[in-house]
Amino acid sequence: MKEPEVTLELALEHGLTEEEFEEIKKRLGRIPNYTELGVYSVMWSEHCSYKNSIALLKTLPREGEKLLVGAGEENAGLIDIGDGLAIAFKIESHNHPSAVEPYQGAATGVGGILRDIFTMGARPIAALNSLRFGELDDPRTRFLFEGVVKGIADYGNCFGVPTVAGEVYFDNSYKGNPLINAMAVGIARTDRTASAVAKGENNPVMIVGSSTGRDGIHGATFASEEISEKSEAKRPSVQVGDPFTEKLLLEATLEIIKKDLIVGIQDMGAAGISCSTSEMSEKGNSGMIVDLDKVPLRESGMSAYEIMLSESQERMLVVGKKGKEEEIINVFEKWDLHCEIIGEVINDDRLRVSQAGEMKADLSAFDLVLGGGAPVYHRETKKPDYIDQVHKFDFSALPESENIEEVFEKIFSSPNVASKRWVYEQYDSMVRTNTIVGPGSDAAVVRIKENGKAIAMKTDCNGRYVYLNPRRGTEIAVAESARNVVCSGGLPLGVTNCLNFGNPYKPEVYWTFKEAIEGMGSACRVFETPVTGGNVSFYNESPDTSVFPTPVIGMVGLVEDLSHVTTANFKKEGDLIFLLGEDFEEMGGSEYLKVVHNLVSGDAPNIDLEKEKELQRLLLKAIRSGIIQSAHDISEGGILTAVAESCISDAENTIGAEINIPVKNREDYSFFSESQSRVIVSVSKENEEKLFNIFNGSPIKVEKLGITGGKTLKINDKFSFPLEKLLNLYFNTIPERMND
Amino acid sequence: MKIKYGIVVFPGSNCDHDAYYVAKKIINEDSVFLWHKENDLQGSDVIILPGGFSYGDYLRTGAIAKFSPIMDSVIKFATNGGIVLGICNGFQILLETGLLPGVMLKNESLKFICKDVYLKVENKNTIFTNKISEDILKIPIAHGEGNYFADDKTLEELQENNQIVFQYSSPEGETTDKFNPNGSKLNIAGIVNKNGNVLGMMPHPERSSDSVLHKTDGIGIFRSITETIKSKLIEV
Repeated sequence: MKEPEVTLELALEHGLTEEEFEEIKKRLGRIPNYTELGVYSVMWSEHCSYKNSIALLKTLPREGEKLLVGAGEENAGLIDIGDGLAIAFKIESHNHPSAVEPYQGAATGVGGILRDIFTMGARPIAALNSLRFGELDDPRTRFLFEGVVKGIADYGNCFGVPTVAGEVYFDNSYKGNPLINAMAVGIARTDRTASAVAKGENNPVMIVGSSTGRDGIHGATFASEEISEKSEAKRPSVQVGDPFTEKLLLEATLEIIKKDLIVGIQDMGAAGISCSTSEMSEKGNSGMIVDLDKVPLRESGMSAYEIMLSESQERMLVVGKKGKEEEIINVFEKWDLHCEIIGEVINDDRLRVSQAGEMKADLSAFDLVLGGGAPVYHRETKKPDYIDQVHKFDFSALPESENIEEVFEKIFSSPNVASKRWVYEQYDSMVRTNTIVGPGSDAAVVRIKENGKAIAMKTDCNGRYVYLNPRRGTEIAVAESARNVVCSGGLPLGVTNCLNFGNPYKPEVYWTFKEAIEGMGSACRVFETPVTGGNVSFYNESPDTSVFPTPVIGMVGLVEDLSHVTTANFKKEGDLIFLLGEDFEEMGGSEYLKVVHNLVSGDAPNIDLEKEKELQRLLLKAIRSGIIQSAHDISEGGILTAVAESCISDAENTIGAEINIPVKNREDYSFFSESQSRVIVSVSKENEEKLFNIFNGSPIKVEKLGITGGKTLKINDKFSFPLEKLLNLYFNTIPERMND
Repeated sequence: MKIKYGIVVFPGSNCDHDAYYVAKKIINEDSVFLWHKENDLQGSDVIILPGGFSYGDYLRTGAIAKFSPIMDSVIKFATNGGIVLGICNGFQILLETGLLPGVMLKNESLKFICKDVYLKVENKNTIFTNKISEDILKIPIAHGEGNYFADDKTLEELQENNQIVFQYSSPEGETTDKFNPNGSKLNIAGIVNKNGNVLGMMPHPERSSDSVLHKTDGIGIFRSITETIKSKLIEV
């Protein structure tokens, strides 16, 4: 088959710009051949090169004494948790594939992030996901929602990792372009971690796992453009997942790492062989020769271009130790997996790829990769006009809601607030028998059998807040995820992030991106939670809509002692209920405003990061002192929602409450305000004084709201909600909407 | 004196470590993994076929696993009266091998379901249940195909021979449709063979055997097995 002639047109079709094509020619000193053009186009795609984000990402706090590898250095972040153990964790998007093929798109998203974890030598112990869809009255949204959840479930369940936490939001802005972010957490022995590096002349380069097919070619490029009518035709760019093979790959990978047979290992995700060979080489200041004839193929007649760009799933690139080839192959054969030597490491920054004796690519590994010679752009920014508009919104002009019961029932049953049980019951949340707190509380808590401690974890982001105020909205996302971890009894340790934005070439989009990064940086500095890595997903736009900027934060924390594990639900009758923090009747971007007035407007709630940190420090102190029966942070839906959730989130052991919510100016605003840095806790009567003592002298207000008990939630002697009714609203909304 | 639990590892098993942990760390007995390509049961006193997705379950749950070398030995072991516990995928494999009657269909909802359910202990006179004091157990399920089906004649036989060990129920023990999570016939959650030495159950007792997880209703099954074997060994 004759290869197409490489021209500027062809380069443009590959998603490269004219300048980039010129740059490639300059670096090569010649015109690239077809395969080389393909390799450059995927490696310099936004997805692989982070060319429009890396300069800003480097401003994030990426250091901490417990960080074992820095952001972007390896497949995932790695944090020392003591006792010779470390946790590896990362979040990644699979938005575009899921928009056209929800089941496989979401499934392979889970597969990819799990591989990132176990290539570090860590066994995955938990999966999380953060999902955004349009509104459930739209049939296509229901199709996407159903398919994505099933895709995540089938992959994670078969692989054998518990899916323990996450979030699901519905808003029209995500209609054409859902956000599917998958996170995984793993545990490794610090003396047994692996690195994504190729070095040592003549060391064998091996491909392991599934054979290579034509699926997923140009997946990375597809992820680097907006969704349009043409996207449907890109369905073949979506890969197909095989969780069974991945499970075998996990066991085999951990075995070769444990037996110390390898120099380095990297997952083949976006850009397949191109990316893994070049990134591993660059990291080790080495090069590779690769013979494509040795790559196991699914179908005959695949060209070098196709093999280099295939994104077939469940494959890894391994650089073995010379002389250990046979032992490595034996391990993979034990698990019935392919393992083929396809080349070797060379002491020269070249990636030399041949097929049928012909040189198909001869490129500098350094030139191809992020952190090496890939382009780095500083894009133009412009504050979008809408920001000042929405900030002018006059909340005093809104009529006061008269029927509080009706309003609350609407909010409590809105799909954004209501229980996501319909989703998480499809996930195996318990396999591996470490899930102490599963889905449905604040943060999930997963026990570490090796040292008797536990990891608390959560993802958070309220896209409305970020839309209204990108900087503050992102600070809130960091603060809330940390608050959730603290509410569960954990000390926040570090952050991974998945930045879902629109087209970076639009200055308004880029302004929101820059603001968000700066907000994340300042919040992470205050909470001393370094950013260990993550993923940027641009071009989240469809012809109808552009998504709310959505920087999802994945937070992990350490629970030092299992007796500190705390959940959101009230534990016994007669406990006292307290509000930690203070309300300022902040309605901007609230669920109330959306549900009652169908508006997303105003400004995001204020956040004082130092005060938030103090709240978290003291709450953790109180939890560790053993006096906190339940802790639940106040978020979407405000204080009334939070208290109601504490009453019924454990559906089998509901406990009512009688409380008095202080009203500042307006009842509706005080009940549904989303002011930050607030937590509802319950303590037994004899511990009331201890609680006050802990917060005494701090800027955090502690206010007694009332007492637990009975089978109704009574508010301010005026309103009363039977728990049966609340249960129905909370747990049946999404199932009912899905059976429409 | 410790007894030995043999836990079969198929490619795709993913509750193997969980069963091992309960046997070894919670009830402090010996425990070994038995690799699917081998046929040596290593002197195990009891065999557990754990949950998971053996061979990916791409054909039909448990359908490929029955052809693995280790299963020849497990079938011989069971036929000679050896104690075999199949949990979830293990139950599905037992049905495929014919050690237990019936088949599994997809859950009526067509969805995977993971949640705690209540089980009425219908028969406490088995070697798997004789140390259970409670009438109702709370144990999680996690499966996509747990909708047990058999023809009427088989179901009658199961009832006549007291082979139904666990039924899905309310917390009070009502075994009505309302408390049936997957559509299984007669709310069946677990059955034994006629000889009473092979139990298949969809719920996961190994997931409710550790007080750290605030769930311990499953431990009685492991205790029953262990005590039964120990008392037999003493008799001998």
